[in-house]
Amino acid sequence: MSNAAAEPIETSLPRARIDWIPLILVPVLAIATLPLVGNVSAWVTLTVAGLAMGMMIFLMASGLTLVFGLMDIINFGHGVFISLGAYATLLVLGPLAGWASADSIGLNLALLVLCIAAAMGLTAVVGVVFERVIVRPVYGNHLKQILVTMGGLIVAEQAIHAIWGASPIPVPVPETLRGAFVIGDIVMERYRVVAIGIGLLVFFAMQVLLNRTRIGLLIRAGVENPEMVEALGYRIRRLFVSVFVAGSALAGLGGVMWAFYRQTLTAGMGMEVMVLVFIVIIIGGLGSVGGCFVGSVLVALMANYVGFLAPKLALVSNILVMALVLIWRPQGLFPVARR
Amino acid sequence: MTRSSAPARSFTETRIRRGPSSWLLSSDTPRSWALSLILIVIVTCLAAAPFLFSGSQPLSTAAKICVFVLLVASYDLLLGYTGIVSFAHTMFFGIGGYGIAIALERLGPSWESVAVGLVAALALSAVLAAVIGLLSLRVRAIFFSMITLAVASAVAVLASQLSAITGGEDGLSFQLPAELRPAFRPFAEPILGLAINGRILAYYMIFITAAVLFLVLLRVVNSPFGRVLQAIRENEFRAEALGYRVVAYRTAASVISAMAATVAGALLALWLRYNGPDTTLSFSIMIDILLMVVIGGMGTLYGAIIGAALFVLAQSYLQVLMGAGSQTLSGIPILPDLVHPDRWLLWLGLLFIVSVYAFPGGIVGHLRKRGRSHELG
Repeated sequence: MSNAAAEPIETSLPRARIDWIPLILVPVLAIATLPLVGNVSAWVTLTVAGLAMGMMIFLMASGLTLVFGLMDIINFGHGVFISLGAYATLLVLGPLAGWASADSIGLNLALLVLCIAAAMGLTAVVGVVFERVIVRPVYGNHLKQILVTMGGLIVAEQAIHAIWGASPIPVPVPETLRGAFVIGDIVMERYRVVAIGIGLLVFFAMQVLLNRTRIGLLIRAGVENPEMVEALGYRIRRLFVSVFVAGSALAGLGGVMWAFYRQTLTAGMGMEVMVLVFIVIIIGGLGSVGGCFVGSVLVALMANYVGFLAPKLALVSNILVMALVLIWRPQGLFPVARR
Repeated sequence: MTRSSAPARSFTETRIRRGPSSWLLSSDTPRSWALSLILIVIVTCLAAAPFLFSGSQPLSTAAKICVFVLLVASYDLLLGYTGIVSFAHTMFFGIGGYGIAIALERLGPSWESVAVGLVAALALSAVLAAVIGLLSLRVRAIFFSMITLAVASAVAVLASQLSAITGGEDGLSFQLPAELRPAFRPFAEPILGLAINGRILAYYMIFITAAVLFLVLLRVVNSPFGRVLQAIRENEFRAEALGYRVVAYRTAASVISAMAATVAGALLALWLRYNGPDTTLSFSIMIDILLMVVIGGMGTLYGAIIGAALFVLAQSYLQVLMGAGSQTLSGIPILPDLVHPDRWLLWLGLLFIVSVYAFPGGIVGHLRKRGRSHELG
């Protein structure tokens, strides 16, 4: 009797094994290029730039990949939310232009937060409408999804032209976020450091939400097997709409970051960056948030290193990375089990 | 996986031979009086364009329609018949254009250089299409859409970067072979009141090439090969289970379609005597192709003729109409902005969405359905 109590009873499920090989790719890539670049300070600058770009791409791509994993919907109009988020900064920058030029880090960061809030609010509202009007009637039919969401993209881009005008609009970076931190002979642009911070914050928030909360559990279960989640009495539709809206809002957030990074607004900017977003979610494995994160960082670092070492090849490098990954793992780095 | 929830389309085509016209159309006749009438009007206008309209603007519009009919028909082979969405069609269109442009600029204006450029472009397109197809169609059809988008945009940027070869953003202007120049007069006397010159010969070269290739594509989609493509579109698994290698068929379709698009690009370059990123490679042309296919009618090659004609005419003349509308509405907020001549794409985009939902067969499908219900009662 007594030895039963003494023996520890194994109640927890076996832990999911983490697939380390793709995770190691990123530091391996970073370290392998160090001798090629040859100069530590240049290498740090490049790495910081790559990480910042990777975080922004991750913000834009994460919603798309989750929506795909959960409901098998591929939204080619996702770029609209990026553009809309970027243009939403104008709503804040217009009345509060003084905050941007003020030499106060508090006011500047408050402005950035307000821009992000406005962008996420606007894209969330548009996301609800988009899901209702454009996406809902075409569940289960990939061909129509691609066509209809492309149609939504055309209309929304033209609507942006009609509202804000067709010419590019300059966006000033808030005063204290300009320039760079200089440590020794290492130069890191301030805005990029902020972008990395925001990206990591969102990534960890998402990880906690997905892995430590009840909603996250339902979402992960929905990605694995939506019919079973529904059969257990949860409304998968409501879950899906909220993920779609959250994904749109994240794209809006990414749009704000991207707008300040590029410092100009055009209606087509969303679609331009969508090319990278698609590459990233293919590399990561459709439906995988972790894969999306690794893919973003990998692609962005690669683009920065190659852009420095062999500028002519920079454009092809992304395609090359994608082709190599697909030859190695045809379903992406972290294949999602179900499909 | 990608099983479509749409009701399976019925194959009611009658395979009865009805003389030479039916043979020419591979037994796939329009099957609607209204549709036949519209097609006859469009084709007649195109065939007689130099005689019907004077001036260079209408002739350019007609040539553009011919090129786009071929381009859209080749895209429909992928989208409408095989059920896969490619965003790299402009890439092949551009390869054709650049093949001609580079060859004529480097090797001088002769027919040999036209041949060299065309053959090189066709070979490059075929290889690229096969590689993309084998790499991406292996896993899931949806990969294909994303990968083609990525590759096409990389090629577009590449073309504008490699300015030593492609002329960069400025593109390439070149001289045509002597027989296609405006100064060339094959006949001393005017025919039907029109002095034939090299420009008109060039137009007929484009018209005839486009017409012949259109009929070839019609033959392809009505062949046993085309039937397998449609079977794959309706149910991939069933086609695979029946013993057809889906990847091989899809790749073959994408290669054929890419080669037809290459010829279309070559024709456009020959007509414009110029090729640049904006005329053949840009993403906006890809969107135009999508609009033309869907509004004209997916899965019917005749939709390409109607879609291309409608779209090119709208592009050339709708803006004038909208400019007038914008002026009459001035004073009201927002409305003049919405009918501003530059916003014509907004309305076509809305029409596109409505088409996908309400008329999946586009204009052609709608006309055919109406024709059938008339016959029944």
